[in-house]
Amino acid sequence: MNGSKSIKNEKSIQNKFLKTLWERSGMIIIYLGLFLVLSVFVPYFFTVRNMIGLALSVSMVGMVAMTMLFALASGDFDLSVEAIVAFSGVTAAMVINSTGSVFFGIIAGIIGGGVIGFLNGIIIAKAKINALITTLATMQIVHGMAFIVSGGSAVGISDARFFVLGNSRMLGIPNPIWITIAMFIIFGILLNRTTYGKNTLAIGGNIEAARLAGINVDRIKIIIFTLQGSMAGFAGVVLSSRMTSGQPNTSVGFSLDVISACVLGGVSLSGGIAPLGGAIVGVLIMGTIQNAMNLMNIPAFYQYVVRGLILLIAVLIDQLKQTNKN
Amino acid sequence: MKPYLEFKSVSKTFPGVVALNNVSYQVKEGSVHGLIGENGAGKSTLLKILSGAYYPTSGEILIDGQQRDFHSTKEALDAGVAVIYQELNLIPEMTVAENLLLGHMPTRSGFLDKREMDKIAEGELKFLLDNIYPETKIKELSIGQRQMIEIGKALLHDAKIIAFDEPTSSLSSREIKQLFKIIKELKETGHSVIYVTHRMEEIFDVCDEVTVFRDGKKIETYTDMSTVNHDLLVKKMVGRSIEDIYSYKPRTLGKTVLEIKDLMGPGLSEPISLNVKSGEIVGFFGLVGAGRTEFLKVLYGAEKKESGSVIVDGKYVNIGSPSKAINEGIALCPEDRKDEGIISVRNIDENINISVRRHFNKAGIFLNKKKETENTNNFIKKLDIKTPSKEQIVGNLSGGNQQKVILARWLGENIKILLMDEPTRGIDVGTKNEIYKIMYNLAGEGKGIIFVSSDLPEVMGVADRVVIMREGHFVESVDRKDLSQEKILSHALPIND
Repeated sequence: MNGSKSIKNEKSIQNKFLKTLWERSGMIIIYLGLFLVLSVFVPYFFTVRNMIGLALSVSMVGMVAMTMLFALASGDFDLSVEAIVAFSGVTAAMVINSTGSVFFGIIAGIIGGGVIGFLNGIIIAKAKINALITTLATMQIVHGMAFIVSGGSAVGISDARFFVLGNSRMLGIPNPIWITIAMFIIFGILLNRTTYGKNTLAIGGNIEAARLAGINVDRIKIIIFTLQGSMAGFAGVVLSSRMTSGQPNTSVGFSLDVISACVLGGVSLSGGIAPLGGAIVGVLIMGTIQNAMNLMNIPAFYQYVVRGLILLIAVLIDQLKQTNKN
Repeated sequence: MKPYLEFKSVSKTFPGVVALNNVSYQVKEGSVHGLIGENGAGKSTLLKILSGAYYPTSGEILIDGQQRDFHSTKEALDAGVAVIYQELNLIPEMTVAENLLLGHMPTRSGFLDKREMDKIAEGELKFLLDNIYPETKIKELSIGQRQMIEIGKALLHDAKIIAFDEPTSSLSSREIKQLFKIIKELKETGHSVIYVTHRMEEIFDVCDEVTVFRDGKKIETYTDMSTVNHDLLVKKMVGRSIEDIYSYKPRTLGKTVLEIKDLMGPGLSEPISLNVKSGEIVGFFGLVGAGRTEFLKVLYGAEKKESGSVIVDGKYVNIGSPSKAINEGIALCPEDRKDEGIISVRNIDENINISVRRHFNKAGIFLNKKKETENTNNFIKKLDIKTPSKEQIVGNLSGGNQQKVILARWLGENIKILLMDEPTRGIDVGTKNEIYKIMYNLAGEGKGIIFVSSDLPEVMGVADRVVIMREGHFVESVDRKDLSQEKILSHALPIND
């Protein structure tokens, strides 16, 4: 009698362990499986060259996903990042060309994005306008501004020192990848180790309770959007450095790519739940699949369909996990 | 009368918990059967099994002598069982008629038959409510009126068994009267009514029979209400007597710690002045909508004050926002724990440290995890928060433990005045007693406490002084020694009632 009970216990402990592992890191396991399969079956996939290419291709989404994670964690989101990327790239290019200073160009791009983000934050926090509407509007305004400023075409940059940011390598790895890794670390610390991170999650979890617990909700929201704008601005600067020009036309659909990657990683759209590791895996899954499809010469039209399906399946899996828990 | 509904040795187990343990009981046709018990006694589980939301682990359910299995709420509804929960399932933006007929609206050649809809709705409304029309939108109705619409929905489904889960918890006294009238009519028309409540006095008002639950077990069914009284039921519910619940002991009061001068704000009809002494517990009583919650919110800075001033320890303080009030030593445990108190998706640790962590921080923003853990573990132990670990998501805790988490949030701060809005609503009697003890301890340490409660015995049992509010007015302040139920109610009830 006792014996069978202890065996049962052991089994249940084992099951529990597997269950927590699955709940905590289900996406990582899926990603590792995916990675393994692609490495075996897709030629040229698991090569140094392709791995670097893959990392480079997700670096932009990865960077902005970090600040988007905070926006989502607080229960809001931001559609304007794609317009900010374009606008800041153009701004940086024009400032560099007119002042001859690379430094000023980079700063102008970041601050330009930051100001737009700040305005988003003010409108959302103080005027209490829904983030979807606000950022949908600013997305269009800022995109328009990018076209107006640039006259509608790419702004070439003559100062080659600027290209170091996006094109040089350190230890054989391109700078944008290093920058993205640095952002992962910085925002990981911000999320898990600071009051700012915890307050963001609290606001997303229950905004009224957070306010009544003494959190300055408006200020946190404004910081979230200002950081988001600055990060998108920086991403725009890096992109223009890689492309050696500021392009008002780039990055259409980028905002949704970033949001998709976060959601894929288990970030809750209703706020309060935001696993940073998950978001990174989400970014990698999106990038890896795209990369593999490119290697397999799957036409771009089909790639859209596949990416949409993957997002749906991932959310379904998450849903299943939730219901199992209950 | 023969039993219409019968539970035969029904059990429901969840991993690690026996929620319902071998329960058998019967409900007669044309009778109101009360179910009482503390939180976690098994009442809600029983209702969920009845409504098809849960499937029993063992045992059987008989309706009208036939064994029935419900795998979904729809199946239960089709079999004539309707459960009306605290959280109502109505769509605020739609009309009364649309809500009543949701899911089976009448059509004519494929199009909605508006005239028929209004006719059916009117027929139901005549029975349930005055002055409400089929075209009225749900959002314009009070909670009590919405509940009537829920009853109407059940009747339109031909429900024979109608179960109410704590139906009066947010109703005014007039709405309660109306509800009881309808319940009596339901009974007379042959319905079997199940009535779940925390409020003992209601059992005697509406029930013909009562069953007491404790720890997932049926303790006793009384089929003759003249053989039971309030104290007996409480004793059966908690296994102890009523004096032990409030366990009030007089304290010596210190000098005035809080002085409120002509405080005016949204929801109040006149400026309110009040002094609270160090060590004093002031109870606020009134009907729903009397302005008690609004008063606390203005005092806490959650609603902007329009005029007046607040003096803490002899010093004028700024209460422009909750964070400012907290800095001045004023804290609030809000009325609606789920919507305003806890961050339900986050864990205990984060919920407890949400405010106090600013004192622990390194370099202004970096968390001091060690101190936070220490603080959390300290309060889990001190307040006896029942949880497997501090990582437990707060949404999974019972109401009483959630309230303790909110209390812990403030006990770590240097508070001088604690505001508590319905601190024990929806909490079982055993935990209520623990909450009172925490209040007494805080008062003993010299803090001032203002608590709002709609539970009259509780206000009388716990407060040193009771303030009565009515329709936004401060009506009267009565000392403990002069308290009587009649006196309080005469001040609290509307004059024209």
